[in-house]
Amino acid sequence: MARKLNLRIWRGDATDGGLKDVQVDVNEGEVVLDVIHRVQATQMGDLAVRWNCKAGKCGSCSMEINGKPRLACMTQVASFDEDETITVTPLRAFPVIKDLVTDVSFNYKKAMEIPAYEHPKELAPGEARMEQVDVERSQEFRKCIECFLCQNTCHVIRDHEENKKSFAGPRFFIRIAELDMHPLDKLKNRKRTAQEEHGLGMCNITKCCTEVCPEHIKITDNAIIPMKERVVDIKYDPARMFAGLLKREKRN
Amino acid sequence: MTLERHKYDVLVIGAGGAGLRAAVEAREAGLSVAIICKSLFGKAHTVMAEGGAAASMGNVNDNDNWMVHFRDTMRGGKFLNHYRMAELHAKEAPDRIWELETWGALFDRTKEGKISQRNFGGHEYPRLAHVGDRTGLELIRTMQQKIVALQQADGREFGDMEAKMKVYAECTITEILKENGKIAGAYGYWRETGEEVLFEAPAVVIATGGVGKTFKITSNSWEGTGDGHALALKAGANLVDMEFLQFHPTGMVWPPSVRGILVTESVRGEGGILTNSLGERFMFKYIPDVFKDKYADNEAEADRWYEDQDNNRRPPELLPRDEVARAINSEVKAGRGTEHGGVYLDVSKRIPAEVIKKRLPSMWHQFYELAGVDITKEAMEVGPTCHYVMGGVEVEPDTAAAVGVPGLYAAGEVAGGMHGSNRLGGNSLTDLLVFGRRAGAGAADYVKSAGANPVSDATIKAAADRIEAPFSREGGENSYSLHAELQEVTHNLVGIIRTRTEIEEAIAKITDIRARSKNVAVAGGRKFNPGFHLAFDLDNMLLVAESTAKSALLREESRGGHTRDDFPGMNNQWRQVNHIASFDGNQVNIKAQPLPMLPKELFDLFDVHELEKYMTPEEIAKGGSN
Repeated sequence: MARKLNLRIWRGDATDGGLKDVQVDVNEGEVVLDVIHRVQATQMGDLAVRWNCKAGKCGSCSMEINGKPRLACMTQVASFDEDETITVTPLRAFPVIKDLVTDVSFNYKKAMEIPAYEHPKELAPGEARMEQVDVERSQEFRKCIECFLCQNTCHVIRDHEENKKSFAGPRFFIRIAELDMHPLDKLKNRKRTAQEEHGLGMCNITKCCTEVCPEHIKITDNAIIPMKERVVDIKYDPARMFAGLLKREKRN
Repeated sequence: MTLERHKYDVLVIGAGGAGLRAAVEAREAGLSVAIICKSLFGKAHTVMAEGGAAASMGNVNDNDNWMVHFRDTMRGGKFLNHYRMAELHAKEAPDRIWELETWGALFDRTKEGKISQRNFGGHEYPRLAHVGDRTGLELIRTMQQKIVALQQADGREFGDMEAKMKVYAECTITEILKENGKIAGAYGYWRETGEEVLFEAPAVVIATGGVGKTFKITSNSWEGTGDGHALALKAGANLVDMEFLQFHPTGMVWPPSVRGILVTESVRGEGGILTNSLGERFMFKYIPDVFKDKYADNEAEADRWYEDQDNNRRPPELLPRDEVARAINSEVKAGRGTEHGGVYLDVSKRIPAEVIKKRLPSMWHQFYELAGVDITKEAMEVGPTCHYVMGGVEVEPDTAAAVGVPGLYAAGEVAGGMHGSNRLGGNSLTDLLVFGRRAGAGAADYVKSAGANPVSDATIKAAADRIEAPFSREGGENSYSLHAELQEVTHNLVGIIRTRTEIEEAIAKITDIRARSKNVAVAGGRKFNPGFHLAFDLDNMLLVAESTAKSALLREESRGGHTRDDFPGMNNQWRQVNHIASFDGNQVNIKAQPLPMLPKELFDLFDVHELEKYMTPEEIAKGGSN
């Protein structure tokens, strides 16, 4: 039942590295992570790969498979032609640590920059009442497994290290959208700060993030575009602009 | 090179639900806290919990309350539970769920806008708060984000978000350190670089989860290697009830690479039925006497229950997990299994496709993408998978303090006692919230009175030498092959069905593998080297397997997650006994210890005729401990 698969694995670290060819057994129904594990157990005991649940729920085994950002545990070997060589490389937008493992700490830093949920003070535990339809909008974004494939594929940072400082990335735009649409959150101006502090304006909605999301979250259509539209409404609201002018005159 | 050192008041090992809840509590008590994760922050095995979190909020059926929940938990555990843990859990679970809502969690709702609750095996009323079938992910994210919120508050107060609480990711702890008989900290290495690190802290909370990777077929991720169980044993703590392992009845069986991955119990809670290869709905044959008056013995009544729960008994698919797992095992052994050695689980006939996709979205994806099965149209093939260890660190129920080691605390799956011989689905997520909080509070109180306990240079050197050892050997054993051997032994000899001769064989083999593991050599450097990581995980799994096998050998009865072919019945004398495992530096020793008796007020919550099924006439006559 087992057949041989040609696998090409990037091996190395921050200083140096390259693609190594190996032949490995593959059985019916196996995913790319299975064959990487087989290589690890039989040929390369120190091959570094990050993984946890092997069921598409934790988002650890993110890598690029034939150039596409994917979860190795959810990519069937059978989805490639039998004679095709499968090439696995580390995520490109983040610095390599070793082999297929990258330093994704950028994402955790950005997570700490997004202002937290603010619960209404007058609402005691157990008193909250929300409609299912109202929580579903935010629930879509809370499905995120933080695989960071969207961050990796986003061209704003993929090839532009210099943008990382001022750009939170799609994962955190859906976090902001989730809080913005949360029926109870009290913090104001989330959309405005998304634009002014987290780089929402740098996104030019090419939808690459939506395409790679393993949870099929409509990142662009349901989070980014609605926020961008509202930001435009707020920023170019003639009534507000007039009020702003009055204020400025007063100051002068 | 100088050793990396950190000082904290409380060190939390493990960043799943219990660890994060403990960290929040200790930080809110004003202490500094380090959180250690073996993987990245937010990837803990808690994310795999699908069904929900059991709490008697009574949102769907207002007959529910803590007393009904307590009774269900004790029945599920076949009365081997530590009554005080089951009591605290049942009483505090609703508050812990509502608290999550104040931190931003978004559970599914009822029509009145309250938190929705679903049916689950062994729970008398709909009781599980849930978010589709990804409830564990919601818990982890909510607490992960709560920790960020606390860090942001620290940032405003101290000018540094990580001044008082910091998450240390991809760090493995190899040893818990003691000085003068009390906790002093922990020692470990960074998975990324292989460099060593010392954490000094007078209190350590162990929240490392389970031991599934000791077995061949498991729903657990690579992290479930019993680290906390082994660390605690080596630090002088005890493990209680290690013979009890939960084999979840429904893991995937096909294709082979996903064998063991969990199929949530919600599939049955939502109306899924189990059939064998003859098309027979076999669970009606497997209702044990103790559950006869709560479960329907015919299809018509079982089907009516979904519409009218007050006037019908529950379908037997919703029996506690140990019963369903044994039933499936028996069907397959009798030759009535599916092509791939499982049974069929079907929701497609009872529930419309769009409802399945809405209520069980990740199950639909899992089967569609990994097995090519559309569960809205066809049946799933399922079979038992090692899912949860009921046994764990022996703790004081109120504070989660590990018995015998001042400064050590344990919560969540790594702690024992709460679930007795079998855990009910949904009780794990609230267990880790209730006892995670209590462990954080217990540790905080301890630190406030005990103060610092510095680590000596001699202790540090001993811990460092142990890490270096596998690199200095050449041509020794391969940790991957030893791990595979261990998994074969546990699976075949101390699995779902056990007998004396097989357990004895297992103990001999585990002892042999442990002797050979002392000779594991590691190829390559220290930097992110999985072979090196496995060498340490293997050591932990071997201690766990030894504790399980030795406890299993002594318990001459069948109860919950421990089934002896040579002692098939439940024995009321054995219900009064816990097995306590301890480590003498050389091997694991087991002693029998009396289980604390229920006090009268809890005893009286049950019908005495029900208790007669579990207790001896002398216990019944006493009517409680007070």
